[in-house]
Amino acid sequence: MSSTARLAPGRRGFRARRGRRARSAGKLGDRVLFGLCALAGLLVVATLADVIYQLANNATPAINQFGLPFVWHTRWAPNFKIEGAGALIYGTVVASLIALVLATPLGIAIGLFLSMMAPARVRAVIGPLVEMLAAVPSIIYGFWGLVVLVPFIYHLEPGLHSVLGFIPLFGTPSTTGVSLMTAGIVLTVMILPIISALSRDLFLTVPRELKDGAAALGATQWEVIRGIVLPSTASGVGAAVVLGLGRALGEAIAVSFVIGDVTQIHGSVFEPGSTIAAEIATQFESPVNNLQTAAMFYAGLILVVIAMLCSVAARSIAGRFDVSAGMLAKAG
Amino acid sequence: MSTATPITLGESGLFDPSAPLAPSGNLGRRSLVNRFVQVTATAAALAAVAVLVIVVVGVAVHGAAALSLGFVVHNAQGLAGGGIANDLLGTLEIALAGAVIAVPLGILTGLYLTEFAGTRSRTGRILKLALDMMQGIPTIVVGLFVYGLIVIPQHKESGFAGAIALSIVMLPLIARASQEVLLLVPGSLREAADALGVNRWRTVLTVILPAAVGGLVTGAILAIARAVGETAPLLICDSIFNPTATSFNLFGGVPSVPMFIYQSYDLPLTQAVQRVWAAALVLMVFILLANLGARVVLARSRAKMGT
Amino acid sequence: MTDQDDRTASMIIRGDMPAGRVRIRTEPVLPIIRPEVNGGGTETRPVVFDIRDMAVYYGSNRALVGTTLKIYRHLVTAVIGPSGCGKSTFIRSLNRMNDSIPGFRLEGQVLYHGNDVYGGRANRVEVRRRIGMVFQKPNPFPKSIYDNIAWGARNLGMKQRLDDRVEEALRQAALWDEVKDRLRDSALSLSGGQQQRLCIARAIAIEPDVLLLDEPASALDPVSTAAIEGLMHNLKHRFTIVIVTHNMQQAARVADRTAFFSLDSTGADRTGTLIEYGETEKIFRDASDLRTRDYVAGRFG
Repeated sequence: MSSTARLAPGRRGFRARRGRRARSAGKLGDRVLFGLCALAGLLVVATLADVIYQLANNATPAINQFGLPFVWHTRWAPNFKIEGAGALIYGTVVASLIALVLATPLGIAIGLFLSMMAPARVRAVIGPLVEMLAAVPSIIYGFWGLVVLVPFIYHLEPGLHSVLGFIPLFGTPSTTGVSLMTAGIVLTVMILPIISALSRDLFLTVPRELKDGAAALGATQWEVIRGIVLPSTASGVGAAVVLGLGRALGEAIAVSFVIGDVTQIHGSVFEPGSTIAAEIATQFESPVNNLQTAAMFYAGLILVVIAMLCSVAARSIAGRFDVSAGMLAKAG
Repeated sequence: MSTATPITLGESGLFDPSAPLAPSGNLGRRSLVNRFVQVTATAAALAAVAVLVIVVVGVAVHGAAALSLGFVVHNAQGLAGGGIANDLLGTLEIALAGAVIAVPLGILTGLYLTEFAGTRSRTGRILKLALDMMQGIPTIVVGLFVYGLIVIPQHKESGFAGAIALSIVMLPLIARASQEVLLLVPGSLREAADALGVNRWRTVLTVILPAAVGGLVTGAILAIARAVGETAPLLICDSIFNPTATSFNLFGGVPSVPMFIYQSYDLPLTQAVQRVWAAALVLMVFILLANLGARVVLARSRAKMGT
Repeated sequence: MTDQDDRTASMIIRGDMPAGRVRIRTEPVLPIIRPEVNGGGTETRPVVFDIRDMAVYYGSNRALVGTTLKIYRHLVTAVIGPSGCGKSTFIRSLNRMNDSIPGFRLEGQVLYHGNDVYGGRANRVEVRRRIGMVFQKPNPFPKSIYDNIAWGARNLGMKQRLDDRVEEALRQAALWDEVKDRLRDSALSLSGGQQQRLCIARAIAIEPDVLLLDEPASALDPVSTAAIEGLMHNLKHRFTIVIVTHNMQQAARVADRTAFFSLDSTGADRTGTLIEYGETEKIFRDASDLRTRDYVAGRFG
């Protein structure tokens, strides 16, 4: 707060009078600023609560009709007013897991490269390029995936099947190219920048003297990474992976282009399928009846609860690190 | 303790100090492992860059064919003809409308976190958690939310609903970026203002915000660039519109580039597909340029603040 | 080395005899040695480092002027001088710890047992395996006390009798008694002085040939400092020790040879320069160079 203790003697009278008015106007200004800021914060929290409310509210007909078994029933036949999200949840989990399995080691490797191996000039070029992967909108990934990746999988799969077909995951002898796997690959590309950029930042926080101390013991760079860098950043990297998972779970558009829109569970990942988000995108425009719309909201409610759990889990896993996918909002 | 002869450190003869400084002991094998890891990490980074290049170049090559000045300037004609001027305009309208809401709210939220809530305060932590959760909401669910909030009561989809949805997508990004930038403003500036007896609100308005303006602008640009590419919220809230007309009324359906792509990509007309590529190119160029521009602005403002 | 010296050493390390009062003479009396500025001398002891005209640049900035000296086996060699005179740069250049600093460039030669440390054939990891380092600020790993010491050894394949190795290293670093019951505790729970002794134990556990200490006690309290100084006398029998210190008295207490560096203010840049090098007693009692005499007498720095 402003203080009048610094008034020069002799000018106290005039200044004091003006000061009093200025002070109360100042106090009002301060209060207004605080009020505005607090209001903004309140709005954020209120919106969050309203999201849950709106979803639950509009899902009520479906919740009443299907109850909790909605989560594991797999038959989706809107015309018969039978809807179960089991196949959607399966597809969501599988596609996201594929993305996680592929993107986590790649992202960590890229993070190590950018933080510890690349010379400064290379880092300055490749780092932003990898971050640019996050800037490409999902519809372009979807469209590109449809035109380029789907034919690629279509040609690749029979070969894979002939070699690995004994594993049920690769069980289909031939496929149209749209599948859970294709969606998983597209998701991998989309979550890779999150994991790699966050990993890089985390690895850079390891104090130089720790790395120096390890190097002075005659350890190779990999040993320093394995023994010092990775263990001390493990919680942060874990949080980054969970954030990537959250992103993968919720992606609708890109997945809808390449997944095939089939609400069934198949053993092979090269069969088409669907995820909650993709199905909402596909079906929402032309619902057969109001119950289907309500079922979409129900599915969306499940999805948002899972996504919010991921956000909370990421924060708690991160521990002393302050990890947020919002860092991608910065250019730095 | 063991009863064997104790280890004497320094005289075990593990290596010959005067031998040449080539790897001794197990270093040969360990060096190979190390080299393998380095090669793998480098390959991973190059693969990621390669994917980016493949996608960008793919869109560029396919899109350049149908791209022309007319494409950007003329409206769509019929199902598969003309340009995307009306879609571009609509996208800008919706994104800017969303920004008008999200940017001030985001900056105010960032201000709250830096000026009023300490790092340990409960309100600060709750707000940060809320922002993280808001950021984690899948964009299609944001669309559903605004559908229930606005579209159902108004009985129609509109660009306005789309703008609200986009503002929810943008808000956490802007709030986070604002908070980080405001934290970078040197404490000495605040202290100097306090010592002069300046009110808090005046300090914020005339000292802190101007110092942080570079980063704030960057955050806003990046958030808008992100919003421009979002399809899912518009798919839910603003998918019914006249695809050939220019619309200035946010409260009706407003065409947009992502929706144009989504609705045209599987039309069985080669001309339509070509236009989709061209639209994708325009979208991508805009977003990548915005990202680059934001980096430049950020670098310059960092230089100014001496960080 | 006689049994008498051995016992005296243990008494110092255990704290029964204040370090600094007694210097153990464990080697036969040597002929008088001329200051080693020109690299000459009648020294018959084996040479570990033969440093020839070594200059260090960071970018275009010269940090260390061409330096020539020899460092001898099983001696404690101290590097003293005012702050910023390149002592740290000098010692870190001996085991290539400056390699990762952007713009680092070295001219001249650093010969280790006749092999060029910066030569094309020299493997950096091997260099550091043979020439270990303890840093100014204690930097224990966020692991248990046991694992801090065992980690380096495990990397090098020393899996057998690891417990014994850890115990011996801790004993040699005068830390065993204090931590023997809590080897699994986190190393970060130790005090500063204990952490630094842990870092010393960690460095000697892998049995390097040389131990470089970059101001190891400057961040510590006097009691810890004394403990670490006490280690020097014992450790030098097994390792060759080079210690950088800004504390002249410390150099006088522990070192057999002392190198005095200072800033050369002639010319535009202030560069580190070796002023004088020789037996510690000579440097402190009867130095040849006026600048050395001034520094030792506390007239500047």
